[in-house]
Amino acid sequence: MKIKSNIAISDNGFVFNPVTGESFTANPTGLEIMNQMRRGASAPQIVETLCNMFQVEPTQAERDLQDFIEMMRQYHLLTYDEE
Amino acid sequence: MPTRKIYERPVIKKLEGNMPNKFGMRSAHEPTQSIEGHAVKDLINEFGSPLFVISEKKLRKNYRNARQAFQTRYPKVQFAWSYKTNYLDAVCNIYHQEGSWAEVVSGFEYDKAIRNGVPGSKIIFNGPDKTDSDLRKAITNNSLIHIDHLDELYMLQDIARESKMRPRVAIRVNMDTGVYPMWDRFGFNYENGQAWDALNKIMFSGLMDLVGLHTHIGTFMLSPNAYAVAASKLAHLAQSLLNKYNHEIKYIDIGGGFASKNTLKGSYLPGSDVSPSIHDFAEAIASALMNSDYRPKTPPVLVIESGRALIDDAAWLLGTVLANKRLSDGRRATILDIGVNTLFTAFWYDHLITPAQPITSYTEDTALYGPLCMNIDVVRENVNLPLLNRGDHVVVHHVGAYNMTQWLQFITLRPNVLLIDEEGGKHLIRRAESLDTITSQEIMPAHLAHFDL
Repeated sequence: MKIKSNIAISDNGFVFNPVTGESFTANPTGLEIMNQMRRGASAPQIVETLCNMFQVEPTQAERDLQDFIEMMRQYHLLTYDEE
Repeated sequence: MPTRKIYERPVIKKLEGNMPNKFGMRSAHEPTQSIEGHAVKDLINEFGSPLFVISEKKLRKNYRNARQAFQTRYPKVQFAWSYKTNYLDAVCNIYHQEGSWAEVVSGFEYDKAIRNGVPGSKIIFNGPDKTDSDLRKAITNNSLIHIDHLDELYMLQDIARESKMRPRVAIRVNMDTGVYPMWDRFGFNYENGQAWDALNKIMFSGLMDLVGLHTHIGTFMLSPNAYAVAASKLAHLAQSLLNKYNHEIKYIDIGGGFASKNTLKGSYLPGSDVSPSIHDFAEAIASALMNSDYRPKTPPVLVIESGRALIDDAAWLLGTVLANKRLSDGRRATILDIGVNTLFTAFWYDHLITPAQPITSYTEDTALYGPLCMNIDVVRENVNLPLLNRGDHVVVHHVGAYNMTQWLQFITLRPNVLLIDEEGGKHLIRRAESLDTITSQEIMPAHLAHFDL
């Protein structure tokens, strides 16, 4: 599961899908998760990074990461193919 | 180790290219961190969640504002606090201290008013359910009995004949004021002559003192003009009594039903924009009475039974986020410890709900559900709110009317009610219920007392 390679993500959280023309906005935490995913980090690694960066417990970070990924899936921003 | 930043739940939101809102309205998300000088967090820590909080200062201010609105437009005005709107003793007594009489609609409410120390002669007894013993008590106490139907009128005549006492009565009149649906289930109809017939019966019987005329045209009324129509019609009845019997009534009771600033479900614009002010209602009613063709030697007292407009914005319901979840279609849902059991008016209003802690600029659409394991427990179907986490607090606004009387003891128990006085002092005015509150009313048959599992 990865972010589709054609999705553009700006430094301030603006997300653009050139295929559908849809655009999105992510908050700093969301942007950090997307950047981590782009770097190929696994879910446990992302949780660890979030806990190091923010005042959050691992359980909450894990729960919120799961929800965030679900939202990205709903918005068709993810691919499940091996690239 | 570097300082960790404040955490905000990750969120991604699709940017919609919808039509711009022609009214230019934005969703306001100012957090409500304190109420009457007390931090929401501290109040919840001390008194639990959910928690009703009532401001005495605001109650008195609303009352004085309404009284001024009417008294500057009409010479004789008397308010009567509508017990059914909120009959917590402390709340009632604030209005009584301000000079309000009591307006009750059941034997229970009547007894509550007497218990609070309201003189019987200053209790207005409305409603379709007055028992024989209720009526006898009210007659003995010289209360103002507003007759709802002919059966009640005949019952009163029988009691008066038998007891040799003269009840002080008015009739409730229903009428077409141009607002639909018309409330014609209470009282006697004006247009078809029922009201005039009832008045003739009272006058001919010679057993009762006809002291007033009453109407209550609806609830959450958004049209001041409807009250002008109602006042004119009552004035016309009063003049008819003067013409035929040379009898002057002492008061005209225009009822209540003035809208508050809440937003009715389905309303395009918020209540704060569309609800008329108390001055609009006062102007319509007073002008209609003053300009009517009623020509008494002594102008009748104008009685106002407003409840909601005097209390709705003086109370808040504080609650806590229990959980966040994602529905099958991707919509967000937030579960609160506030449900329709405590916030009964969620059935009618899209309540304003604000977070109680600092927020960022990010928001999301979410459904707000209550804690009940029932599908009906929806506080808001869809509302745009800042990101809320488990344990965060929220504040529901404008909850003073009808919630603390219509709340349900359903699935869970009812919470504490706190009054904050004019100096900021905190007073618990209704304790949260406990298991004992409920079970003390139950009686277990001996053969059901034990079981083996």
